[in-house]
Amino acid sequence: MYGKGILKGLSVTWKRFWDTYLDDISWMIRGKKRYHSEEGIKHRSSKNTRGIFTVQYPEERLILPEEARYVPFLVYDEGAEGKKEVRCTSCGICAKVCPPQCIWIVRSNDPNTGRPIPEPTEFYIDADICMNCGFCAEYCPFDAIIMDHDFEIASYSRNVYNMEKLLKPASYYKSIRPENYARNEAERKAKEAAKAAKAAGAAPAS
Amino acid sequence: MENEKLSLPQYDIPEDIQNAVAITTLDRLYNWGRRSSVWPLMFGLACCAIEMIAAQAGRYDMARFGMEVMRPTPRQADMMLVSGTVTKKMVPAIIRLYNQMPEPKYVVAMGACASGGGPFKEGYNVVAGIDKFLPVDVYIPGCPPTPQALIAGMIKLQEKIDKQSIKKAPWYNKKVKEDVNFVPVPVLGPDLMDPRRYEEIKAAAAAKEGA
Amino acid sequence: MMTAPASTTTIDLTQRFPGVVTPDARPGYSGFIVEKDKLVEVATAIRDELGFDLLTAVTGVDYLPENKMEVVYHAYKTTGGPGLVFRVQVPRVDPVEVPSLVHVYPSADLQEREAWDLLGIKFTGHPDLRRILMWEGYEGHPLRKDWQEPFYEEEVKPFKSRWPDGKFFMAEDRNPFKDNLKFPQNFDPEKWIPENDEMLYQSLKRYTVKSEDGMTTDRIVVNMGPQHPSTHGVFRAALTLDGETIVGLKPVVGYLHRNHDKIGERNTFLQNMPFTDRLDYFNSMSNNFGYAITVEKLMKIPVAERAEYIRVIMAELSRIQNHMVFVGMLLNDLGAMYTPALYAFEERELILDIFEAVSGSRMMCNYFRFGGVVRDVPDDVLQKIKDLVFDRLPGKTDEFERLLSENEVLVSRLKGVKVVDAETAVKYGVTGPVLRAAGVPYDLRRADPYSVYDRFDWDVAVRHNGDMYDNYLIRIDEIRQSLRILQQAVKTIPQGPINSQKPQYQVRVPAGESYGRIESPKGELAFYVVSNGKPNPWRYHVRPASFVNITCLEQMCIGTKIADFVALLGMLDIVMGELDR
Repeated sequence: MYGKGILKGLSVTWKRFWDTYLDDISWMIRGKKRYHSEEGIKHRSSKNTRGIFTVQYPEERLILPEEARYVPFLVYDEGAEGKKEVRCTSCGICAKVCPPQCIWIVRSNDPNTGRPIPEPTEFYIDADICMNCGFCAEYCPFDAIIMDHDFEIASYSRNVYNMEKLLKPASYYKSIRPENYARNEAERKAKEAAKAAKAAGAAPAS
Repeated sequence: MENEKLSLPQYDIPEDIQNAVAITTLDRLYNWGRRSSVWPLMFGLACCAIEMIAAQAGRYDMARFGMEVMRPTPRQADMMLVSGTVTKKMVPAIIRLYNQMPEPKYVVAMGACASGGGPFKEGYNVVAGIDKFLPVDVYIPGCPPTPQALIAGMIKLQEKIDKQSIKKAPWYNKKVKEDVNFVPVPVLGPDLMDPRRYEEIKAAAAAKEGA
Repeated sequence: MMTAPASTTTIDLTQRFPGVVTPDARPGYSGFIVEKDKLVEVATAIRDELGFDLLTAVTGVDYLPENKMEVVYHAYKTTGGPGLVFRVQVPRVDPVEVPSLVHVYPSADLQEREAWDLLGIKFTGHPDLRRILMWEGYEGHPLRKDWQEPFYEEEVKPFKSRWPDGKFFMAEDRNPFKDNLKFPQNFDPEKWIPENDEMLYQSLKRYTVKSEDGMTTDRIVVNMGPQHPSTHGVFRAALTLDGETIVGLKPVVGYLHRNHDKIGERNTFLQNMPFTDRLDYFNSMSNNFGYAITVEKLMKIPVAERAEYIRVIMAELSRIQNHMVFVGMLLNDLGAMYTPALYAFEERELILDIFEAVSGSRMMCNYFRFGGVVRDVPDDVLQKIKDLVFDRLPGKTDEFERLLSENEVLVSRLKGVKVVDAETAVKYGVTGPVLRAAGVPYDLRRADPYSVYDRFDWDVAVRHNGDMYDNYLIRIDEIRQSLRILQQAVKTIPQGPINSQKPQYQVRVPAGESYGRIESPKGELAFYVVSNGKPNPWRYHVRPASFVNITCLEQMCIGTKIADFVALLGMLDIVMGELDR
């Protein structure tokens, strides 16, 4: 019969139209919130999603996976009296590995001896060159540069980030990437413990 | 005095600023209308265009902002979303499109490439940012910006629209010449030539010989 | 793994042409060096006598220190098996001339034009040797090693100005024109006469027939693009029409030429990985795959077992979302606005969620590393993949078919409209689904197996009519086959390390050349990399499927109606990032 295929196709769109309401009703009966709730967003990103699929940004937003990456930032540990202890040692690996070469680092020199000290004086990332590839964070040996989750960074001018703009506390790092943070901390503790053990082992020998 | 308070009905308006208040209220209506129906030009350049399509599709649904009507013709579009790498070969076409758009018009540089050349900035055929030619209203960093980031940028654009006033709008100002935003179309020569900068190019080319 | 050309062929070719063909003896290289004057004769023999009917890649290399230029040809058999590399070497004095192979292998057409554009190698006998990626009148041939762009900073990355004394500057500040521009000395822009596509229209003229039956009819030239909603990006086609029938067509590309090759030669080997994401931006996983196996071949390193499976899983997921979007966009092009595309994007979003969870980015995954992948697939993500490939995607594929495949309007629009026949497709180097829809079962996953595809039970999807309907159906078939591979892969994925190498940002790559190819969703995606033992490749060339496939566009379109053009272009499934690079 001519037109059977069209009707078949229409049945698909018809079903998908009703799916939204059926899903809404079933959530209502179960007394759960399909919209504006974490559970609802997770459901809409799962294999079971049917019907309306929209995540209504900015009222609700997608749950970003831990590995999600945007423009990088620099981590500092909060020291005593709010002192920012920048993790970066200006070793320059990120600047070397950066594919579009958008990282600029000025290494600090000791004012007395003139020898380099492990701290950057200036650190720039040109966000209008950055390709968000994540190499800098991947190869940083000190977990000092991390890919951010913050994507709401549109502005009315070009985006060149300096140290001030780039620095974010370790607590922020922990909040966006809990698993990576825990892994890094464990690694660091293990390293310190190994160091201490080595020092303890070396001391009696000498 | 904040705008919010001004628009309250119980607020008594001093006589000397009554005219201005009418405009403020009209502004809000006018801007509300404009911000809620920004029609983008259907115009994709590169990778970012795919994220732009994704933002138009079901999950992010830009229709919620009145931005779903993608116009393939520049004459019906309000906003040019420069979504991707601007190459020297493409610039003349982009400028032509821009010139055909009616006022008021906005340019959004989506992604690193359109904002400042992006990872391809060093390339010989790449223009280091569309702002070399067009006045850009909003820059959205990211490579590519996710659809949510794009929508965040669109909200930024709406904020900008909100701040504009019908009184100062250049597109209603008779004193401002009609071609106020007309950008001369660049010419493809031995390299990309911007007609506005011919003198500069000549001077620099001559100076190079002396050096 | 690909093997070197069989020894029997070696004897054959050198004996058949004594003194003309010599084996390439340089360490790390394979294949033959052919005398320039006899190239056409040798190529004809390779095609007709040895049966290498598919010339996939033609590219040039500038060996500046040895003061010579080389053109490299990669030929394969559509029946499968290893390839044959032959090359011509010419002294590097202008004009660099090499005979054109267009008349032996029409697939060389656009690639020779590209080599002329970027390397300045003149192919004598080429019927239409114009610049292709840059415009006529552009100064210089950018891929020559002694050519520098205006924003040139240093020969290789990393740049020394970034660290340890990295005072921030913009490249514009260091250029006299405050932009990425350079002009010849004493250049006067006001006296410049723009070329205005004269040569393009000249090349279309050969189709113009003046009069029939004593009546003179005009041909119309129509330009489509570069800003057109249905050209899949900034593609432009100049068409000559006789009434509504297309009588001539020239693709005009380069509007998204982002200098991938030039930047690639400045990057280190690893730095190229995220750049490959931006080639075919729908399938960054496949692009990573192709580049990774090319460099691994050169480095002669194994790939971790688990990583092989992860790679296959990611590449196949990528293929599924590509084909779904293809169908959606095709329907858009045909006028069925939005519904199929919106449905396709829904499934695509779910697949992109997986990419984002494992790699960090939805589209630009940058997930592969030499020897493996960057990070493991966590268990919850693997579960999500299983959910999709077992529970959701098969059903959704069926739903797609219910929605479209029997729709009478669609069927009558697509059925019987010729895309390309097998013989023409092979001649013009078309690969991928378009070739398979024409009845040639040529799928690199089977014909020249790489990775672990040989461990799975799946079929090469083939259709036989070569019309639009078959081209549509074959995408659905391929989704089903990909799901079959995925279902086996997620079940049998072994535990273990995900990289055979230590994480390192500077890899050691021995000198030599390598040509690695994979079956990307669009066709054969290949990388040609030449290393001279330094941290940066000496030559880095991408052989994209889209670019070579549009060589055939003219053949496909001539004689059809203009209304079919958009659909025919859609069938090739081009993506400009890959086409223009």
